[in-house]
Amino acid sequence: MSILVDQDTRVICQGITGKAGAFHTAQCLEYGTKVVGGCTPGKGGTQSEHGLPVFDTCHEAVAATGADATMIFVPAAFAGEAAMEAADAGIKLVVLITEGIPTLDMIKARKYLDDHGTRLVGPNCPGIISPGACKIGIMPGYIHKAPSPGSRNIGLISRSGTLTYEAVWQCSERGYAQSTCVGIGGDPVKGLNFIELLDLFEADPDTHAIVMIGEIGGQDEEQAAAHIRAHIHKPVVAFIAGQTAPPGRRMGHAGAIISGGEGTAKSKIAALREAGVTVSDSPATIGEAVAKVLG
Amino acid sequence: MKVHEYQARALLAEAGIPVPASRVIDAPEQAAKAFRQLGAETAVVKAQVHAGGRGKAGYVKLVASANEAKQHATRMFAQPMVSAQTGPAGVKVRKILMAAAVDIAKEYYLGVVVDRARRTPVIMASSQGGVEIEEVAARNPGAIKKAWFHPHLGLQPFQARALAAAIGLYRLQAKTTADIMLKLARLFIEKDCSLAEINPLVQTPTGEILAIDAKMNFDDNALFRQADIAELFDESEENPAELRAKEHNLSYIALDGNIGCLVNGAGLAMSTMDIIKLHGGEPANFLDVGGSVTCEGAVEAFKIILADAKVKAVLVNIFGGIARCDVIADALLRAAQEVGFTVPVVVRLEGTRVDVARQLLKEANIPQLQPATDLTDAARQVCAAV
Repeated sequence: MSILVDQDTRVICQGITGKAGAFHTAQCLEYGTKVVGGCTPGKGGTQSEHGLPVFDTCHEAVAATGADATMIFVPAAFAGEAAMEAADAGIKLVVLITEGIPTLDMIKARKYLDDHGTRLVGPNCPGIISPGACKIGIMPGYIHKAPSPGSRNIGLISRSGTLTYEAVWQCSERGYAQSTCVGIGGDPVKGLNFIELLDLFEADPDTHAIVMIGEIGGQDEEQAAAHIRAHIHKPVVAFIAGQTAPPGRRMGHAGAIISGGEGTAKSKIAALREAGVTVSDSPATIGEAVAKVLG
Repeated sequence: MKVHEYQARALLAEAGIPVPASRVIDAPEQAAKAFRQLGAETAVVKAQVHAGGRGKAGYVKLVASANEAKQHATRMFAQPMVSAQTGPAGVKVRKILMAAAVDIAKEYYLGVVVDRARRTPVIMASSQGGVEIEEVAARNPGAIKKAWFHPHLGLQPFQARALAAAIGLYRLQAKTTADIMLKLARLFIEKDCSLAEINPLVQTPTGEILAIDAKMNFDDNALFRQADIAELFDESEENPAELRAKEHNLSYIALDGNIGCLVNGAGLAMSTMDIIKLHGGEPANFLDVGGSVTCEGAVEAFKIILADAKVKAVLVNIFGGIARCDVIADALLRAAQEVGFTVPVVVRLEGTRVDVARQLLKEANIPQLQPATDLTDAARQVCAAV
């Protein structure tokens, strides 16, 4: 079992004829994801380099392929609108990889998706993977470990990309599999956040522990901590990046900024520890912390 | 992106928000003329730098004559401003704003930011203007009143009217202020701001409402569609190394330590700084080469790091995903040739094409390169090297 995506998820790629879209569609297909088509306005009726049908609109793509998820590689200026088109076409899961989308575009898109009952992962994220079943995104597949009978599995939620790979790698190396890993992205306005995903992992019988990787900026980790204390019974391991980041500077991610004394790593770590979360001090000991809680 | 106060005031004026008459000068000899042109009894002379703490540093002065204006302007242009936010060297003043001083009966605060938790802009108003809003938030959070924009419809007039009433304004002043709030809200959306702040918004003894000081920041991601705002960018306010990095699509922030860092991914870059500190070292920079890094980009990254004289050792930490380890290894070899490594470079590679990369580095046999087995080992080695 997994959350949000599995071996039956049917995926289209918006921006499939672009360089990044084409490359990662190939990688996802190779991993075993059921990519069933793509969208590029103006190129409808053609075939992608992978031999998949290309449509002008999401509506046509959904009607022809029965897609229920989309992976978006559309350039930043058009990406928010692309997400809305997918929602309007009835797609229930939008994975938005594009980085550099204007915040106000995301505010409009997120509201539109909410009104259509469509879930959003991202933007500015590596995507989502249920190892062995479905990969929608840009993460390297081979670092993950698919659950098997009797395996101990973690569910992972992260605001970072490569730091997620680091954490996954440490877990796989120690023999822990992953039910699902979700990169929620580094932007201030985004889709699924820690709380919704904590609930999904709590309800998933094949997830035995949850790893959350946060970073400075905003209050998401503090709110997650309060939620964990009240509602989450599975063990949670956390790491917070940016303990040494200077205030007022945007640390690569648009959302990673300490402002007005808010959003510091210290406050997040304290809140999580208070909620009973095992917080790793070092990014190199996340796997070790998982071993500690799973035994 | 930040802009200067005089630029923010011009944007407010353009949006129809009342601001006192002002002049911008870029040389001390223009000060006397500007004072006379303002035609006011007193004027405020304000240095235009992005750093805060101007008042305390003596770079905001009330003057009552053309001569006095010239004196202060001369001093401000001549001596770099040093404040808590600038570092000991201070910042050079290149422009000065001179504004007609106004009599103040009451000071208010207005500001618009994005509320991340509610995922929509929020306008904040307070009857306690003239001080930092963070200070009000800490001391008396109840004094800050808020109204959230509808994500698609924006701030509505009824919200602005209610907000004006909530900070104690009534009748004509309430109407004028509500109008200013709506204009500020529209400006925030139209120009893709990340912060639009009027502090203070003042009421004069005769009941006029005026914006005295303004601060505006803009969403870097939206500058592609805000050509007029992008033009306001002031290179002289930026760290030259950070500017150079930006031109090569690298995300670089200079810090005070002596261990240079080259990492892919913002989260991993931040935690690489963290693990260095955890092992007793001090990072010299934050540097994220990004996912789609090319060999040229990575070579440039090495050059920027090694140009920092403080750097006594470098930690390269790459977890290849889209970024490939062999590209980084190539860049390392090229940087070794083009720049030469005078300090130890600890290299930790993992992920996509790591075997090829390790082989490349092994064959090159560069004495300054120290391979690390994992992240902890890398941090230990680099901290021991300085």
